Amino acid sequence: MFTAIFGSVEQGIIYAIMALGVYLTFRVLDFPDLTVDGSFVTGAATAATLIVLGYHPALATAAATVAGFLAGCMTGILHTKAKINPLLSGILMMIALYSINLRIMGATTETAIGRPNVPLSNVDSLFTIFFGWWGNLGIDTAINNVLISIGIENVPKTWGTFFIMIIVTFAIKIIFDRFLKTEVGLAIRATGDNDKMIRSFSANTDTLIILGLGISNALVALSGALIAQYTKFADVSMGIGMIVIGLASVIIGEAILGTKTIVRTTLAVIVGAIIYRIVIAIALRVEFLDTGDMKLITALIVVVALILPKFFEKRKERARKAKRRAERTLTSEQEAKQLA
Amino acid sequence: MLKLEGINRIFNETTPDEKIALDNINLDLKTGDFVTVIGSNGAGKSTMMNMISGALSPDFGTVEIDRKNVTKYPEYKRSHLIGRVFQDPMAGTAPTMTVEENLAIAYSRNKRRGLRIGVDKKRREFFRESLESLHLNLENRLTAKVGLLSGGERQALSLLMATFTKPSILLLDEHTAALDPSRAELITNLTKQLVEKDNLTTLMVTHNMQQALDLGNRLIMMDKGQIILEVDPEAKKDLTIADLMDAFQRIRGEKLVSDRTLLSV
Repeated sequence: MFTAIFGSVEQGIIYAIMALGVYLTFRVLDFPDLTVDGSFVTGAATAATLIVLGYHPALATAAATVAGFLAGCMTGILHTKAKINPLLSGILMMIALYSINLRIMGATTETAIGRPNVPLSNVDSLFTIFFGWWGNLGIDTAINNVLISIGIENVPKTWGTFFIMIIVTFAIKIIFDRFLKTEVGLAIRATGDNDKMIRSFSANTDTLIILGLGISNALVALSGALIAQYTKFADVSMGIGMIVIGLASVIIGEAILGTKTIVRTTLAVIVGAIIYRIVIAIALRVEFLDTGDMKLITALIVVVALILPKFFEKRKERARKAKRRAERTLTSEQEAKQLA
Repeated sequence: MLKLEGINRIFNETTPDEKIALDNINLDLKTGDFVTVIGSNGAGKSTMMNMISGALSPDFGTVEIDRKNVTKYPEYKRSHLIGRVFQDPMAGTAPTMTVEENLAIAYSRNKRRGLRIGVDKKRREFFRESLESLHLNLENRLTAKVGLLSGGERQALSLLMATFTKPSILLLDEHTAALDPSRAELITNLTKQLVEKDNLTTLMVTHNMQQALDLGNRLIMMDKGQIILEVDPEAKKDLTIADLMDAFQRIRGEKLVSDRTLLSV
């Protein structure tokens, strides 16, 4: 149980980068961007392909991020320049990326035709390079000894992924928070909030939407590149339903931590991504459920996460009204008594 | 400063709803002019404002600002030079962002937006000082979300934001119409104060004839897409509401009384 949960926390922290991207489009820009399903794989495919071709994993990951940025920009251009509806722009881009992703992975074959997956089992990745350094520090044994002493027997093989991903994800979060406070960041937020207003303050909303979608999909692709290196393979179907997972993370996080400030909301999104993974891990331990049921569970989680806050809000409101009414009747009764 | 030449615009052309929105509009504003625009609904006042701001483009004719032909400039490019306040208090501000963030957006209107932090210490001090001039205690609510402000407060903030960077042209489109009388008066006074402070070239649409007479040095009356009356600074000084009603009747041969509901006296 402990290792299962630990694994999902590790994954959750990597997927949180993708969720931050989804937050940027869905919440900040108010643009329901479905490119994500495609751009996540683009990130994974680009990184895996370049690594297999012998490039340094860091360079491969950077290239994956740029590829995601370009994909997002394309969706933005379809919407702003070709005036295609936001949902459709994203869907068109997502479906176009499916073929592009096959071609990218095809670069690892001699004929350079499409290929549906690239394994990374026998090559270096950012993680294996990091473990080489981390393993000498002895932190793993230290933590695991403590765990064993308190009675947990199934200890994780390494804590490296956990720690390095917390550092990476929070570094991205801090840069992201800061970016949203810069002049450009403020303009992007205003574009999602009141586009008429920001145009009257000489901001080109088209450019801001394209830039916002680019950054969002860059984060999504970076997350995909890291997941590919973490799971040691890239697959053309690994992005199916990614947008719903991102949305689930955003909604779960917001429901738990609230949206008072940007800094708090981005933290909520990260926490939401981790909780989502834990919920899935627990759900899959239920006997009659199978990994194939994961998408159904995800959809249900999103539905529940959307309904619950409204339900509680309503109940709170009703309780408040009832209380107020009771108070009023009480005072009027007292007044009646006094009069009598 | 602002020059409109032969502006024409027809809406829904070739359909049964065809409407001549603007019919050969010519207008010339000198630096520091404050022109009030009156006219009944559908006279073309707002369309004219939208032609100047770039939200709409004319079928024919040219718009010149600062001696530059800006007819082909998109809206966002023109707004370097133009400050605007809309009728709807919701329209001029970003509701989920704070007062100081909204001011920061207004502050970078005529600059290139970069990766500088929008609200730094120095700017916050400047924003605070500017807000003090409104006397609405907003200087102590810098981090409040604008969505929580009242309509009057939001409109005052919009006005400050529109005039912040001393635009070449200030466009006010019935910016007091959605407010209750006391709030409307407050905004009217603020308008006067802010326009006078920087001697801003201003064009203000209003339905309120008294307001049109009280404010500004020039007045124009529009009807059916045309400017039917222009009052110069000399004549405007002693103009009365009765004069305006008479003028309309003389020019159009019909009584303005039927418009009483639209033109509040």
